Amino acid sequence: MQVSCLVFLPLLTAFLVIMTPRRFSYLIRWISVFGTGLHLALTIMISFLFWAEAKGDGELLRTSLVFKLHLVEKISWFDSLGIQYFVGIDGISLTMVVLTSIIIFAGVLASWNVKERAKEFFALLLILVTGVFGVFVSFDLFLFFMFYELAVLPMYLLIGIWGTGPKEYAAMKLTLMLLIGSAFILVGFFALYYGSGFYTFDLIKLATANFPVDFQRWVFPMIFVGFGVIGALYPLHTWSPDGHSSAPTAVSMLHAGVLMKLGGYGALRIAVFLLPEGAKYWGLFFMGLTTINILYGSFGAIWQKDLKYFTAYSSVSHCGFVLFGISALNFMGMKGAVIQMFSHGIMTGLFFGLIGMVYGRTHTRIISEMGGLARVMPWLATCFYIGGLASLGLPGLSGFIAESHVFLGGFFGHSLQSVGQSGALMKTFTLIATLSIVVTAVYVLRGLGRVFQGPIENAEFANLEDAMLSEKLSTGILVVVLIVVGLYPSILIDVIEPAIRPVLNRLAGGL
Amino acid sequence: MQNFINIFTHGIFIKHAWFVLAVPFLSFVFVGLVLRPLSKKASGLIATLSISVTTLFVYGIIAECFLMHRVPSGAAWQVPWLRYQDGLSATLGVLVDPLSLLLMCVVTTVSALVHLYSIGYMRGDEGVGRYFAFLNLFTFSMLGLVVAPNILQIFIFWELVGVSSFLLIGYYYEKPQAVAASKKAFIVTRFADLGFFIGIFILGYYGFQSFSRLGPTVPQALSPFDFAYLTSPAFIEFFKHETYMIFGLSIFSLTLILVFMGACGKSAMFPLHIWLPDAMEGPTPVSALIHAATMVVAGVYLVARMFPLFVASPEALGLVQCVGTFTCLFAATIGCTQDDIKRVLAFSTLSQIGYMMFALGVCHGGNTLGYTASLFHLFTHAFFKALLFLGAGSIIHALHTNNVWEMGGLVKAMPITHLTFLVATLSISGIPPFSGFFSKDEILLSAFINHQYLTFVIALLVAGLTSFYMFRVYFLTFWSEAKWHGHVHKPQEASWTMTLPLLLLAVLAAISGFTPIAKWIFYTKSQVESHRLFFVPVFGVLVAAFGFLLAMLFYTGDRKIVDHVVLKFAWMYGVIKHKFYIDEVYLWITKKVIFRFIAFPVAWFDRRIVDGGVNLAAWVTRKTGWLLRFLQTGQVQTYGIWLVSGGLVMLLVLLTL
Repeated sequence: MQVSCLVFLPLLTAFLVIMTPRRFSYLIRWISVFGTGLHLALTIMISFLFWAEAKGDGELLRTSLVFKLHLVEKISWFDSLGIQYFVGIDGISLTMVVLTSIIIFAGVLASWNVKERAKEFFALLLILVTGVFGVFVSFDLFLFFMFYELAVLPMYLLIGIWGTGPKEYAAMKLTLMLLIGSAFILVGFFALYYGSGFYTFDLIKLATANFPVDFQRWVFPMIFVGFGVIGALYPLHTWSPDGHSSAPTAVSMLHAGVLMKLGGYGALRIAVFLLPEGAKYWGLFFMGLTTINILYGSFGAIWQKDLKYFTAYSSVSHCGFVLFGISALNFMGMKGAVIQMFSHGIMTGLFFGLIGMVYGRTHTRIISEMGGLARVMPWLATCFYIGGLASLGLPGLSGFIAESHVFLGGFFGHSLQSVGQSGALMKTFTLIATLSIVVTAVYVLRGLGRVFQGPIENAEFANLEDAMLSEKLSTGILVVVLIVVGLYPSILIDVIEPAIRPVLNRLAGGL
Repeated sequence: MQNFINIFTHGIFIKHAWFVLAVPFLSFVFVGLVLRPLSKKASGLIATLSISVTTLFVYGIIAECFLMHRVPSGAAWQVPWLRYQDGLSATLGVLVDPLSLLLMCVVTTVSALVHLYSIGYMRGDEGVGRYFAFLNLFTFSMLGLVVAPNILQIFIFWELVGVSSFLLIGYYYEKPQAVAASKKAFIVTRFADLGFFIGIFILGYYGFQSFSRLGPTVPQALSPFDFAYLTSPAFIEFFKHETYMIFGLSIFSLTLILVFMGACGKSAMFPLHIWLPDAMEGPTPVSALIHAATMVVAGVYLVARMFPLFVASPEALGLVQCVGTFTCLFAATIGCTQDDIKRVLAFSTLSQIGYMMFALGVCHGGNTLGYTASLFHLFTHAFFKALLFLGAGSIIHALHTNNVWEMGGLVKAMPITHLTFLVATLSISGIPPFSGFFSKDEILLSAFINHQYLTFVIALLVAGLTSFYMFRVYFLTFWSEAKWHGHVHKPQEASWTMTLPLLLLAVLAAISGFTPIAKWIFYTKSQVESHRLFFVPVFGVLVAAFGFLLAMLFYTGDRKIVDHVVLKFAWMYGVIKHKFYIDEVYLWITKKVIFRFIAFPVAWFDRRIVDGGVNLAAWVTRKTGWLLRFLQTGQVQTYGIWLVSGGLVMLLVLLTL
């Protein structure tokens, strides 16, 4: 029941927003803030429930290799087709749900100033986020896919209507590319459905199916690439710079912060978990591809002139870490990938939120047209710098925890978990990928230095105001999360670890 | 009195060693979040107070070690922090051993005095609260670095000192040079840290492989990252015999060289030294604390901490020696030509750290006196160099210029600054009985007894150069004709908050050479106490005196002599004055090669080729749609034509079959 509440609370809020007459625009905002705030509270409550249940099961002893779901709800839906309403939560789901809940709350606060068609905007945003929550808690592939589409489609309207710049083009490109990804995923799902011989979409039951190795080898890349599109896998990432730049603030926050994580989540939860043999076969290939992702994104970011493009390329690089960690197919790599999903989600949500706030004041996003903004907006500058330092992997902030896991995972390679990958090549890829920590420092410091430091170049900017209360709240929450995870990583690691072990067990040949 | 001494006999201080980290951290948070917006004065006061308390606490730990006649080793306090996986985790802890105590003592003492000095120096600046918060953050990070019981904790705080240095160099964030300098400092050290980071991977990798077997035999080793484990003979023996070779170097030496790369970045060794002179854009007390006394010696500390590993690899230690010796000479020559007082001091810092590095390096000759000598020099250098910077700060505060040629005649105007600066100058030049003499003598000795004669000769030469450039600054600033007449007000000493730290540091710079450091800090005890060659100090003093005389000749009398000499060697002088054009080389590499030939093509490729591919697919789809449109015109006639012609084609196909 709790998990269903989690999924459908945003939908209920959206319904309330739709029912509110347009002229009460204040009320619409308050309903959205209240709804998402309530959701955040609920998420925190569920985290405690999860914690209690996991503790009761002794799962936190971290030895169990068995896949264990909590707060399960299972209702038969289309019995003849083997479709169920099957939701539940494990460590990875919980991490993602918490992330989404934080981002949507911060996002709603950050869009306090949306005046144009506010009602539709908030309603669509909330519907979208329903889809995201649904994806993260579904353990039935059909349900999963339904929610996945629900998360992707409102994006078209949100960017197309409330966006800036070449918004129709960007919206179209984003939606079409993601739909092509969905097509791959759908075919993969049907292959699983028939290939298992069980005629079920139940993820847990599918995991017990003995898929032939050859079958795994052709289905795995299909699902992985399908999710790779939304996870910004090179060279299918190009929807991301355009899409993010054209999207309104809350949408880019949500999109870069959460939706891109659907890719990593799906790849780990479905592709690797169900098709371990395929993963072992393709792991090294995707590791190479994501190495390109990591470096390519960071080098691409150096040259960007627009703050949003800049952040989008940095996202391409950071999302590369997620898929890189997953492709490493070992404990540290996959754990690091999940931490990176969380950390990058918060970080990039913070970035896009801040860019929106800066843009709302300066009406430009071109880096060279700004300068010296730290004097007039110290709050925004401080938050931006904290986010920037997190993104370059400064210890004490969440980015370091994630990146050091992913790098160690890649470097340690097969020596820990015998999944039979070529160790030397994995090490080489990792060493190449570590170069990005320098390049990231270069672009982050250059970009932020130009925007915030130095003398104020444009006299019109000298009288701009710093963040207002809702904006301070929105960015403050995200900054606090970055710091808390960075200083006390166990808060995430304890939850994630038990959920990674079953995946590892599958890779080792167990059930 | 007895009661007072009894306080230190219970081991309370050692037991609660976490205090050393907790106080500066809490103070940073409190000053940064609460006090900064409220009151500038309170920020400075609380920040200074907290560091002073930490300093006293460290003295308490040291007193305990003395009174309890116990040389502690191992982590006094440790909590689990980050678990990578079973058997591979990092802890956060406080390691109390002679080496870390030495560094703790230096860091807290200098930091407390710099905090006090800053109250006066930064008065009237609008961002004082931010300044003190960052200064606290730095002190916290630096302490975390020196007390780290494992290599991962060192790395974590290594990065944190880097970022606090970045924040403080760029403190005047509206000044473009300061912004550029802070970025440069961070990026150059970050590049070096890449090597360190990879070195940690490799150490962790081999450590993890052997830990389950060898770990239980090593006392106090909890995880493969622990220094207790990494420097244990068992692990070194295992790692040394790893046969994997890259570029003709064993993986063992290569790993150490990678770690040393990190040390080079932080300690600004050639060729990664370029950030340090620019870092002088920060407030002067920051230069004194971070870029003279503490952070820049972190590299020396790192090599010293991992010394058992380095000793096992002559290649790595040889490299340490070469880099150290070269930087020592290289920086000293540049130091002779700079006009900005802080830059002279910066190059002098480089040169002195070069001394410390090669002192560690020469130990591959077999005698490990260099280990003691290096850390001894680290100890004395911290005091006299911080004093020099604070003195320079005092002058800059009074005159508002950094250029030594615009100073002069300050002997009478600023007597305390003059006196203390003189003490520091004598100390750095190696004149007995000031502290620098003792430590430098030991370094020279260690080079000599290890038969590293080239290094020894260079070190002697540099001792002369040091004395020359320091007295050059000294004479130009204090004795030459005053060039500041006509300014609005006459330069004078600042408030007591600035002069008191100068006096205290002057006392330390004068007497710290008498500390019997060799008693506690040594690698092999017997080797430290043997060998006393009387001619080494005599030579040292003679070259220093020669440097002094030369500086006096050049800079107290007519400027024509200097100009004449400069003209005679114009070409060479130009090259040295431009710091051998190394900055320009780097600039060329980053701007032209990396930005233009990597970043730009990547961005272009992404927009044109990859994204172009996507747009091409869209275009093809649209065009196909456009073509297919002609199939569906809505006219019955068209359909009829298609129907008939299609039927005919079918018929033909069927007939030919």
